Amino acid sequence: MLNLLWLIPALPMAGFLILGLFGSRLSRQAIPILGAGSVGLSAAVSLWVAGSFFISPPAGYAYTQVLWRWLEAGSLHLPIALYLDPLSLIMMLVVTCVSFLIHVYSAGYMSDDEDMSRFFAYMNLFVASMVTLLLASNLALLLLGWEGVGLCSYLLIGFWYRDPVNGYAGRKAFIVTRVGDTSLLIGLFLLFRHLGTLDIQTLMERAAHQWPVGSPLAVAAGLLLLGGAVGKSAQLPLQTWLPDAMAGPTPTSALIHAATMVTAGVYLIARMHVIYQLAPSAQFAVAVAGAATLTLAGFSALTQADIKRALAYSTVSQIGYMFLALGVGAWSAAIFHFMTHAFFKALLFLGAGMIIESLDHEQNMFKMGGLRKELPVVFWTFLIAGCALAGVPLVTAGFYSKGLIVWQAEASSAGRWGFWLVAVFGVFLTAAYTFRIIFLTFFGEPKSHVHKRPGLAMTVPCVILAALSMVGGFVKTPEFLGNIHIFTGFLHHALPPVAATRAASMSEMGSEAWVTLALMAGFAVAYFCYIYRPEFSESLTRPAIGKALYRFWKSDWGMDWLYDRLFVWPVMWFARVDARDAVDSIYTGMARLCELFYHGARQTETGRLRWYAAAIALGAVIFVAVVLFL
Amino acid sequence: MATVPMMHALLVAGILFALGVTGLLVRRNILFILMSLEVMLNAAGLAFVAAGARWGQTDGQVVFIFILSMAAAEVAVGLALVIQIYHRFKSFDADRASEMKG
Repeated sequence: MLNLLWLIPALPMAGFLILGLFGSRLSRQAIPILGAGSVGLSAAVSLWVAGSFFISPPAGYAYTQVLWRWLEAGSLHLPIALYLDPLSLIMMLVVTCVSFLIHVYSAGYMSDDEDMSRFFAYMNLFVASMVTLLLASNLALLLLGWEGVGLCSYLLIGFWYRDPVNGYAGRKAFIVTRVGDTSLLIGLFLLFRHLGTLDIQTLMERAAHQWPVGSPLAVAAGLLLLGGAVGKSAQLPLQTWLPDAMAGPTPTSALIHAATMVTAGVYLIARMHVIYQLAPSAQFAVAVAGAATLTLAGFSALTQADIKRALAYSTVSQIGYMFLALGVGAWSAAIFHFMTHAFFKALLFLGAGMIIESLDHEQNMFKMGGLRKELPVVFWTFLIAGCALAGVPLVTAGFYSKGLIVWQAEASSAGRWGFWLVAVFGVFLTAAYTFRIIFLTFFGEPKSHVHKRPGLAMTVPCVILAALSMVGGFVKTPEFLGNIHIFTGFLHHALPPVAATRAASMSEMGSEAWVTLALMAGFAVAYFCYIYRPEFSESLTRPAIGKALYRFWKSDWGMDWLYDRLFVWPVMWFARVDARDAVDSIYTGMARLCELFYHGARQTETGRLRWYAAAIALGAVIFVAVVLFL
Repeated sequence: MATVPMMHALLVAGILFALGVTGLLVRRNILFILMSLEVMLNAAGLAFVAAGARWGQTDGQVVFIFILSMAAAEVAVGLALVIQIYHRFKSFDADRASEMKG
């Protein structure tokens, strides 16, 4: 039944077209049914396809479906073709299922919004683009999906466009990711120039055949693709757009800016893993970007007051873990963490959305508190997701996926002690900021009044995601805990297993023990600062250095400040100074000339009949004279 | 029958036309403007008839009949407009009706 594959992007696309063209004529009951239904059907088809893939895998664990020819120019052949292998299968399955749950939640969340049809149209277009990105068999089609999700991200961040701040955040996201997209595009040109194709599988074969390990071309290609990936996945140095992207509706933040789109960079690097195997220095750059991002964003998450911004920095930090895993060659571990992260981070955002709505759009955590009794379902699901994010041992999915990354950061042949230390420190930070959020919102004295409680459409998806956040990790457990490896075993048909572990590396159990210790330390710090001695955390920011550090971290290490001065201000200055240059005067001159003609011609329109008659008579005389005498 | 030389007929037509144009331009009363217009039309008609006689063709007279019927229609519409203008501006002065200007 693999030939149903084309339906998975086509169904949300159809939903987008119907909602986009006839959305204003549909009834308010029909819009969510259509919007969530198209994605639900798509999720059902992808489950069906995945089931048949598991039961009877196609030859070579890969299936290609060519739909039609897209571009034929010289040696460039670009079909619209879908490629299904274990990597794209898992990504597709997670994306469609999580999207469906978030669409159901949106039906409750957006039920009072007047622009509901526009919202669901954008969301459906997003799912269609994301699935296109994942299933693309060539890089041009992948780029189409890549730009499509970027467009939807822009449209949805600025969804409430009447507030100029939202429009600004949307433009910022679009422009910052554009920097990365440019790098990606140059990377594609380079690959096509030297390998003569854009089909991903052929590309991998030719690259492995033509380029020796460490070839400068492979390094250049790897770095250019990495540039695209850090833009889309909000990694250092292009991470500044993601926290501002929280201006969009909360389901959007959950779907696009936490669970799916921002992991597109991870997918890109995993998909092109052969290039990185040929370019160890580019791969090292991936690991460094990930390690740096996960600590910097962890500190920033610790200092945020806005619950959505704190979660956004947490997303940046967790994707940093995935990049670290990719950088040390633990490809399957990155995809494993992508999957568990999609479950628990989507749930955290959905929970945050319910809190924000029940407190009448209050996003400041310091004005929340004591919601444990008021919103029990939200509390329990949020707690489970928080534990999964922090990686509470044994019972949560995050423990297995993050533990695997931390261990392989040291044990893999590309691993380093430094990476392991950073990763363990990241676990400490994660636990600290996660429990800070939980303690500030759900414990302590209630500070705001609860206006309304979430309905079933919102709580049911959360409960399902909470269940997934707990059991989602049992598909790959460490050796000392059952040694299940269904997930990685399946992925190894598409991604190579971790290269031979280094001699004298630490045992998996030892690494997990350190992770647990770091987690407990983080929990203890959060407990001490926000439950046991709330006045202590305030006293930390009182001395000048504490205050400066707090401000510095809260403003994301001053990145926005720096970029404003480095890039935005010079361009704005130049635009102001150069507003009236020679090129401009041509266009203003044309406008002036038209204006002059207008003023001249206006004078003749007096409304006096006899003047018109005189003009006609004079014109006739002149014409006759011209005909007669010339 | 003594034939009138064509040159004379054309001269008369030219003078008539010039008189019509002058009347059109100098008169402010809209009724007189319409009359001047009739004079101009008849001048053109006279030129056609004279030319038809000169070449011995009936076409000149046919066109004159066309001009006559056209003038009748024009006068019907023109007079209706004149009545409307008089209703509106309480005057036959064409310059008063100069509100539609750019």
